[in-house]
Amino acid sequence: MSPFPNASDPGDRPVLVAGGISDSHTWNLVYLQLLLEEHGHRVVNLGPCVPEDLLIAEALAHRPALIVVSSVNGHGYHDGMRTVTRLREQPALAAVPAVIGGKLGIAGPCGAEETAALRAAGYDAVFDDSAEGIAAFRRMLGALPQRALV
Amino acid sequence: MTGGGFGAFVRRAHDAGRLVVQPRMGMSSPRRMRAGLLATRDARATTVGTITLDSYTRVGDLESARLAVLEDVALNGYPIVSHDPATTAGVLDGIHGPGFPVQVRHGSAAPQDIFRALTAVGLDASEGGPVSYCLPYGRVPLRASVAHWAHACELLAARRDSGGEPHLETFGGCVLGQLCPPSLLVAVSVLEALFFHRHGIRSISVSYAQQTHPGQDAEAVAALRRLCAHHLPDAEWHVVVYAYMGLYPETEQGAYRLLGKAAELAVASGSERLIVKTVAESRRIPTVAENVAALEYAAEVAARTPRAPLDATGTQTYAEASALVDAVLELDDDPGTALLTAFAEGRLDVPYCLHPDNAGSSRSYIAADGRLAWADIGRMPLNGIADVRPARAVTAAELLDSLSYVRRSFDGPDPRNTRGVESAHP
Repeated sequence: MSPFPNASDPGDRPVLVAGGISDSHTWNLVYLQLLLEEHGHRVVNLGPCVPEDLLIAEALAHRPALIVVSSVNGHGYHDGMRTVTRLREQPALAAVPAVIGGKLGIAGPCGAEETAALRAAGYDAVFDDSAEGIAAFRRMLGALPQRALV
Repeated sequence: MTGGGFGAFVRRAHDAGRLVVQPRMGMSSPRRMRAGLLATRDARATTVGTITLDSYTRVGDLESARLAVLEDVALNGYPIVSHDPATTAGVLDGIHGPGFPVQVRHGSAAPQDIFRALTAVGLDASEGGPVSYCLPYGRVPLRASVAHWAHACELLAARRDSGGEPHLETFGGCVLGQLCPPSLLVAVSVLEALFFHRHGIRSISVSYAQQTHPGQDAEAVAALRRLCAHHLPDAEWHVVVYAYMGLYPETEQGAYRLLGKAAELAVASGSERLIVKTVAESRRIPTVAENVAALEYAAEVAARTPRAPLDATGTQTYAEASALVDAVLELDDDPGTALLTAFAEGRLDVPYCLHPDNAGSSRSYIAADGRLAWADIGRMPLNGIADVRPARAVTAAELLDSLSYVRRSFDGPDPRNTRGVESAHP
């Protein structure tokens, strides 16, 4: 059951929100859901610890406007690489916009090399959890073509 | 009860007037894990050791954990199932024992492999629970978690045959870390303790995580103690306080001040053990040195704090917690079945929890005085007991504001003074 029974439903393609494969944190996902809803998106929140197969099945079922993977437990880089590699193997999901953000390395933010690797593996954008990362994420939301006007 | 186990160590320390302090600490490298345990043991404090497992092991992705061990990839904890038992025995050799018991902390809704691995190397203390390591943190169905935990408790309880007194700590006093009203935390912690007891565990600790208001926290621990005394008459039990588990202060001064408050809560409430947080908490996994500094600071604050427990029953927190526990226990004689029915009916309902087996209709907020309160009790049996303030839907900014309430409060100027804090941690 959605914990947000009053969320608006613009009847558009939803945004899928998912925690990293091994990431048990929830508040980042609750926050993202509220933020996305305020930008006019319907959200399907898959919650924490989302295996690749579940994300693929949900993405094929919902044809989302955007997939947002969020991770704060330090395994974001490795989990995120696995997820996007599997996702992009699906021809139907080769072009769906997908982004990742959070605290992606066990020693804090991941470096330029890891960021580049995540992008090369298939993410359209990589956000760290700094103020600039969050601002960049908000700018991206504002620019999404599927944004519903509600 | 006496003996060399985890619970007996904590009991002896409490009887001697000392608070046991403990880190969260886990590194994938056996050499670094051993160094962390040694540093914990040698800290200027009464300590127990921690091996925190990595999150691949936690979610049962043992192949990833094994590959990481083979390829020497650093994980966010110690992969106890994937390391050779001889390797883990080497980590513990000469360290783990009656004078320094080591607990395994993990976060798994299916901990049987973990319990087999820890008992194989002579350990017998762990933590978690069928609700607290299921609902807030993953995708395992609650029914499966209850079955896994029943089996795991029995695996651990069998260790008693080889002379030990296995110990389990509930994680129920922490569900989601923040924004859960204390009465529900207390209720889940007590119910998980009863679940452990039903499945053969006789040495138990019940957790409570520091929240937003010191007075409400003191009420909560008092309620927890009263309910355990009533419901666990034949078990050895103690209370473990967790330093704040939500968004932690970013300044060194704020981080220490919040940790100091947790130590004061633990001692004043008559609790026996404290799990610390460090100055690094808001940014990354802490180093061993940061953990040792936090242990020593908490021990110093504890040593100068008098025990002054509250009267347990005359509070709002007790009234709510007791009503929740009773409403669950009346559902079935078996605590696991009662918990399943309670969540299915919404008699227990964790605010903001995304798990499909949580009703998801309760909501909480931080009141003007800093107490956590109910905006919506959903179908929980708190009508006429809880003071409910219906609220409109929360915005993302308001949620972030609530989530960072403690961080903001403690990063700001100290309302009293900071005397003693600067000199307290070299």
